[in-house]
This record gives sequence, structure tokens and C-alpha cells, in this order.
Amino acid sequence: MLKKSIAACVAAASVVIAPMTQASEVEVLHWWTSGGEAKSVAYLKERLEGKGVSWKDFAVAGGGGENAMTVLKSRAVSGNPPTAAQIKGPSIQEWGELGFLASIDDVAKTNKWDSLLPGVVSDVMKYDGKYVAAPVNVHRVNWLWANPEVFKKAGASIPTTWADFIVQAKKIKDAGYIALAHGGQAWQDATVFEAVVLGVGGPEYYQKAFVELDMKALDSKTTEEVFKVFGELRQFVDANSPGRDWNVATSMVINGEAAMQIMGDWAKGEFVVAGKKPGTDFVCVASPGTSNAFTFNVDSFAFFKQSDSENQKAQKAMAQEILGSDFQKVFNLNKGSIPARLGMARDEFDTCAHDSMNAFVSSAQTGGLVPSFAHGMAVSEAVSGAIYDVATNYFNSDTSAAEGKKQLVAAVQSAM
Amino acid sequence: MAIGRIGIYALLLAFAAVYLMPLYVMVMTSLKDIEEIRQGNLLSLPESPTFYAWVKAWGSACTGSECEGLAPFFFNSIRIVVPAVLISTLIGALNGYVLAKWKFRGSELLFGALLFGCFIPFQVILLPMARLLATLGLANTVTGLVLVHVIYGIAFTTLFFRNFYVSVPNELVKAAQLDGANFFQIFRHIFLPISVPIFTVTIIWQFTQIWNDFLFGVVYSGPGTQPITVALNNLVNTSVGGKEYNVDMAAALIAALPTLVVYVLAGKYFVRGLTAGAVKG
Amino acid sequence: MTQNAHKRSGIADRLEAWLPKIILAPTTLAMIVCMYGFILWTGALSFTKSRMLPQWEFVGFLQFEKLFANPRWDVALSNLVVFGFLFIAISLLIGLLLAIFLDQKIRGEGAIRTIYLYPMAVSFVVTGTAWKWILNPGLGIEKLVRDFGFTDFEFRWLVDQEMAIYTIVIAAVWQSSGFVMAMFLAGLRGVDDSLVKAAQIDGANAWQSYWHVILPILRPVFFSAIVILSHIAIKSFDLVQALTGGGPGYASDLPANFMYTFAFNRAQMGIGAASAMIMLFGVLAILVPYLYSELRGSNRG
Repeated sequence: MLKKSIAACVAAASVVIAPMTQASEVEVLHWWTSGGEAKSVAYLKERLEGKGVSWKDFAVAGGGGENAMTVLKSRAVSGNPPTAAQIKGPSIQEWGELGFLASIDDVAKTNKWDSLLPGVVSDVMKYDGKYVAAPVNVHRVNWLWANPEVFKKAGASIPTTWADFIVQAKKIKDAGYIALAHGGQAWQDATVFEAVVLGVGGPEYYQKAFVELDMKALDSKTTEEVFKVFGELRQFVDANSPGRDWNVATSMVINGEAAMQIMGDWAKGEFVVAGKKPGTDFVCVASPGTSNAFTFNVDSFAFFKQSDSENQKAQKAMAQEILGSDFQKVFNLNKGSIPARLGMARDEFDTCAHDSMNAFVSSAQTGGLVPSFAHGMAVSEAVSGAIYDVATNYFNSDTSAAEGKKQLVAAVQSAM
Repeated sequence: MAIGRIGIYALLLAFAAVYLMPLYVMVMTSLKDIEEIRQGNLLSLPESPTFYAWVKAWGSACTGSECEGLAPFFFNSIRIVVPAVLISTLIGALNGYVLAKWKFRGSELLFGALLFGCFIPFQVILLPMARLLATLGLANTVTGLVLVHVIYGIAFTTLFFRNFYVSVPNELVKAAQLDGANFFQIFRHIFLPISVPIFTVTIIWQFTQIWNDFLFGVVYSGPGTQPITVALNNLVNTSVGGKEYNVDMAAALIAALPTLVVYVLAGKYFVRGLTAGAVKG
Repeated sequence: MTQNAHKRSGIADRLEAWLPKIILAPTTLAMIVCMYGFILWTGALSFTKSRMLPQWEFVGFLQFEKLFANPRWDVALSNLVVFGFLFIAISLLIGLLLAIFLDQKIRGEGAIRTIYLYPMAVSFVVTGTAWKWILNPGLGIEKLVRDFGFTDFEFRWLVDQEMAIYTIVIAAVWQSSGFVMAMFLAGLRGVDDSLVKAAQIDGANAWQSYWHVILPILRPVFFSAIVILSHIAIKSFDLVQALTGGGPGYASDLPANFMYTFAFNRAQMGIGAASAMIMLFGVLAILVPYLYSELRGSNRG
């Protein structure tokens, strides 16, 4: 009922709007405004303009797309959504259910997307069995970034399990360094929490408790254990961390103030900008206990229904271009992630990216490939928000592990 | 007594220093290069001041897939702010005139309702307003954005003018009426000439509010008409690859410059304007 | 304005009589639709199960129940009480104090006044980063004082769960107290000198003449200042966003931020709407009696 009425609204409004838009044009809402990202978007724009499609840029940055989503919602309500918008994960399904998204299935069929994309990625891009979105990249979130220099000075070794992490971090702390560089913002707290969940509980538990939201798994001893380890980490973070941006935390690892950071592969860009080389100046390994697992975070563009047939064509041209190997290469070299499409030439990517590509393929076979809940890939915005609240509050207080578990169960239940 | 005065001066200057600190930090940072910011002291003077950051923020910093700095958005803002300020001020003047001197049954209630109504958190109205603007055919246009600013600015402009006009003696209005002057004649010949101070106050207030607005600007603008605050937000909110704090600060200062200039140049009239209307409720 | 004007036709007279209402009509219409209409709309929305976008399936008080079961809302609400009270009280106090001192025939008054006033001119999107640095223990005040040799000095409210909300108060007072100062200064300039002199002849000292004579005259200034300040307090949003992001954890969250987050970023529009209604009722409970008494008072005068 609702879907229909909204769809009708959209249809009615777009009839009014249609004459205003020009032929063959895409209006793209995104929040990629910084250095490398902006360059990548500009590259896509250039490619499209080469094909006679003009690009209307609608950039709204801030807080991982929070402002952009507000804008998108008010545009949708006013019956005037953009041609394409940067949306990801389960949100694509929600927009699909509300009847806003356009099928680009024919582009996908002609270009054989089903064989180019891994199943976990293409599932996210489809609504009702049809492609409505195109992926630009795959981020691995469960990375540990380390400064080997600091480890050497502290006589510590890079940890491979969380139990080991605590031992090594103590050594580092005793040697006068900050063990874990961290920015105390909700999403960063959630990113570390996620790494602990995966490392302590393993992919199967992760999948059950944090993707399927199985209450039995969530309300288990394992969850309490997760909170215990997560709580232990409080002592390894410096007191000034609350509110710190993630890139500032990364620079603490770069300049040897801190030993480690747990952060997605976008952190690599900071090391590269500072002139550091992977393997020698910094080390990238899977976060403790997750070497056979991969939490993925896929950025994508979803396509909104257009009434103008020229714009529909432009929309499809854009979809095709996004999955083209040129764009996938340029974009992901700039952003530190790996291409969403498989089987691309690897030589221009660095060793961290190679590790990521290997883990992506192997973890898909062993069941270790899981969506990141800290980055909106696993559960609805409401549930991931609830997890954020519990994780960030827990990490910044001295709540007990048992209490943490109780709060988490209650928060998730209320948000479902 | 002399000691007392020294104490007063000391206190006033101490407060002035505190008030100036954030501005000082911003200006200094904008003049340093990125290396110096990384290692440097927050309050230290730049070793070799450079305008690199200012030039980049104005003309070549990225705010999306385009990298033309804040310059184009600066003019977008002006196109929004000027009409919005003028219209809301004029309406406020007339409203205030009526509410102060032409009271009718329920006019006080109306005024109270207006004051209370603007306590609605603006985040709440985003979606219904978007729908309303679409119905009016004004979605994502400059006109629509101006309309929104006018509507939510009226409460305060009305408050300012009403409080100011209340202090005009009723006898003056009555005498003019006896002379046969009508509603608009009284406004034009008696009220307008004495209104310069309160116009100054209201225009400064509205200019500041609308120029600094981000929420309405981001939601109701379209591509190509985004105001400067949206561009600033895009510029500052970099998530990847080397944050340039000096450029951020220079951009922030550029965005704040018009309001700062207005306060510095017209600040005197601001207090004078408030003086004229302040003591009468 | 001639005698001829008396001979205006009946229609013109009637039009004239209606003019005040006609003038206020557009404002009234805008107010009814865009303020009260939208408040009603939000009220209705708070009884629905709306998630990502408004949808009109009613669920009774469920969203309010969820809201009050949410520990984050408790924090936000009690923060607003603490923040609102301190912000308004301190701004009034500092504003009044500075105005009284500035009113003592100070040399360079213009420059000092401008310095006090300028924070009002810049938004927190702009000054947020600077404040973040100044309040950050590793960069700002704490480091500065320690560099002077006081190595035990601590000022770490920004990163302290219990104290973070007070840093919001500091920055907010910084922004608004200058404006309050200007209003009081204006008020003082408007006070009739003879009143003060009369009080002094009666043997009042400076303190007494301020307390008993001048402050009562400034009552309307207090009114305007309180209306404007409470308006700013309720809507404080940028401030939290820029300074603490609501952290550490969500310890410095305010209702406006809570509402925005739930309505737009969490796809829980129903809860967002419910929180907005609670905010409005709070304003209603506190402000309306005040507005009423003040407006009625001014009517008599």
C-alpha cells in the first residue's frame, strides 16, 4: 500500500520534473570529496562525458554519508531523486522495497556481471533478483596496521590472536609507547569491536549473531567473552583518544608514537602519502585471529527510477562504466581498496592489496567472508546504530562484560 | 577608585583575550604549512607565513568532483542571502508595526504562537517542507530556499521590530490619525524614519543566521546552487589521504569573512539599534 | 495628511480597518502550515512505525516506549537540562557583567565590544575544529599550561565522559555571551540617568543602585535574551557535532542530535519524531508560562 503510494507520488512528480532535466544527463549524489576519492569521481565523470553523458555533481560530505542520506531522503520525498546515489549494503534493499530503484539488469546481462562479481557482492546489488546498483570497490575492514620499528624497540612481536595481542600490547605499553592508536568516535569503536567479534568468536558466530541476528548466538557466553577482550583494550588506548579522527590515529602509527591501529584498508593511503612502503616501513596483517576471514565493505551506486528515456540511457551508460576495468583500477588504486570485479590485472596494486585479493577469494570458499556491521553492510541502519551505541558506550566506560552483553541484546532487540 | 578601574580594564582585556583565542588559532594555522602544523605548537606564530592555504581554499580545493575552491559557492550564498534577508526584514517590520500599534483581538496570542512555533527543531521540518516545496514547484531551487529562510526568520524579525515600535508613544500615532494619515502613511512618515537602528540590528541578525545556515542549505539546494557552508563542509570533511588543516582553516575563515566584516563595520550600529528598542518590552 | 482624507469612502475605511489583519495574514498562514502544521505532522508520525521514510501505519505509543527505554535518550535529555540551565545562566551573568563594566566610559570600547560580539558571527562548522584543538589535552590549554612549567596541570574535560558536556557549555557561552552583552549594554544606555542619581542621593551605593534600580528596568532585556538563548539551547546541534561528535561514547549527546541521528541516519523516523515531540513539550512546559506572564505584563504597561 505504502510502496504503491510512494511510487505513485514519484511517478506523478517526475512527470512534472521531467521537462526541466536535459537530455542524457546523470545527477550523482555522493560524498567523495577528498583528494583521491574526488579524483576518482572526476575520472568517472570524464569517461562519461566522453560518451556524451553530462554529469551533474551533487557532493555532500560528512560523517560517512550521513548528510548525503538526509538530502537523499528529502529529494525522494519531494519526488525528485537524483539519477544515482552512493548507497550501500542492506539500505539498497530498503530503497528497493520503497519502490524507488530502477533495474539495470539488461546492462548487467550484456556485460555478464554475474560472472564478474563474487556472489556475496552481487547479492547486495540486487533487489528482487534484478541489479539495481553497481559496486565500485571492496574494502577489507579487518586489518591491523603496525609500525615494525616500535615493535622492535619494545621487544614485541606482531600478535596473531587476541590473547597474544594483550601480551604484546603490555610489552609495548611498558616500553613507553601507545599500544593501540585509536580515535574515539562511535564508528571507530565499532570497527575495533567488530574485529574482536570476528577474532574471538570466529566467522560462524559472527554470521549468526551479527548478520542473522540470532538471539541465542547473541546472548551467549561467546558474546560475553568478546566484551571481556574488548574491555581489556581500553587500557591500551591513550586518554586523549575521544573524538580523534581516524587519520590522526594512523599518523600516530606512522611517526612511531603508537604501535598498531585496527582500521580498514583506506588507512593505507595515509601511509603512502607519508612516503612509507608496505612491508618495510609499515606492516599490514589481518587483525588478530582473523587471517582466514574477511569483513567486507563495498561501496556502490544505486540507480533511481527516471522517466526521461535519455536519462535512462545515461544511467545505464554510467552503470556499465562503473564496472569497466579501467574505472575499477583507477578508483581502487586511489582508494586503497580492491576492485569489486574479479580477475583483473594485479601488477599495479601493492602487496597489501594482493593479500586482500587472495583473502577475498580464499575466505569466500571457507565461509570466512562476512559483511561488516560497523560499515553498514550486514544489518539495517537501525540495528547497526544500536550496536554502535552499545559498543561506544561500553568502550568509554567501565561497564562489565556481562552488563555489556545485556545491553547489546536489549538494544538489538529494540531496533529490530 | 583608580585601582578599581585598572581591575575593570584587566578583566575586560582578559575576556577579550579568551574570546579571541579561537580566531587567533585559526588565523595562525591558516598561515602555516602542513609540516609546521604537525609538529607545532597551537599558539605559536608561523615561522614563514604563507598564503598558499588561502589561495587554494578560494580557488582550487576540491569540493566534489570539481576542484574550484569556494569561489563559485560564495556567489551562490549571496544569491540566497540577499533576497532572504531583505524580504524577511520587511515582513518583520510590517508585522512588528501591527503588533505594536494596531493590536486587535488575538494579536498578542498570535505573537506568542509565533515565538513558540519557531522552537520547533528545524531537523523535524526537513521532510514535510521538502514535500511542500515540491508541491509548489520549488524543490531544489534558489527561490524555494529563500522561501524557507524567510518563513523561519520571520519570528525573530517580528520580535525585534515589535519590541522597538512598542516604545514609540501611542499619542504620536493617535495624533497622526486625527490628521487623517492612514496605516501606511503613518508607517512611512513616522515609523520608517526612526527605524534605521532596528533595521541594522535585524539585517545583521538575519544575515548572520542565513549566511551560516547549513541544514536548509544542504537539503533544499540543488546541484550548482549549493551555498558556501555546504562547500565548506565538503572541503573540511575529507576522509582519506592527508588532511590539510591550513586549507581547512583558511576556507573556514573565507566562509566567515562576510559576517565578520559586517560585525566589525556595523557593530557600532548594532548596539545602538538594540539601545533604541531594548528597554521597552 | 489633509482634511480631505476625512472624506474617505466607506470601503476604504473598512479596508483600513482590516489592514492590520491582512498584513499579518501571510505570516499567520506560514506559521499555521510550516510551524504548527509540521508539528502536528511530526506528532502524527511519532505514532507510526515509520522507519526510513514516513509511512502511516499506526502503532500507538510504541515509539515513545522505545524512546524512553533507550539509555542514550536519558543521557541526551539530562544533558539538555544541565546544558540549557548552565548555558543560559552563565551567558546572562557574563553578558550582564561585561555590559556593566563596558558601560564605565571605557577607552577603546568599540574594539572590545566587537571582540565580544564576533563569535556570534561565525558558525560552529567554522570554529568547531579550533575549539576541539584548544580543549584537547594533548594540543591545547593543558599542553600550554604544562609547557609553562605547571606539569601537573590537568584540563581534560573534552575526553572525560562526566565532563564533556561542560565543554559544550564553554563553547556555547563563548558564542552567545557577547550578544547578550550587547543587549544589556543597550539596555543600560537606555536607562534614565536621573533615576540612578536619585537612588544615589537616597544613599544607595553603586551595587545597590544596580540591584534595586537598574536591573528591574532591564527586565524586558532579560525577556528577549532568555527567549533567544533558550532558542539557541534547544537547537544546539552543530556545536555537539563539531566539538565532541556526541562523545566520549554518547556522553555529550543533546536531544537535537539524538533526533537527527535516529530520524535520518538510523532509519528510525518514528523514534526521531517521538523525541522531537518530547522536546517541544519540554519547551511548552517551561516557556509558555514565562511568555504568557511577560506578554501580559507588557500589555498592562
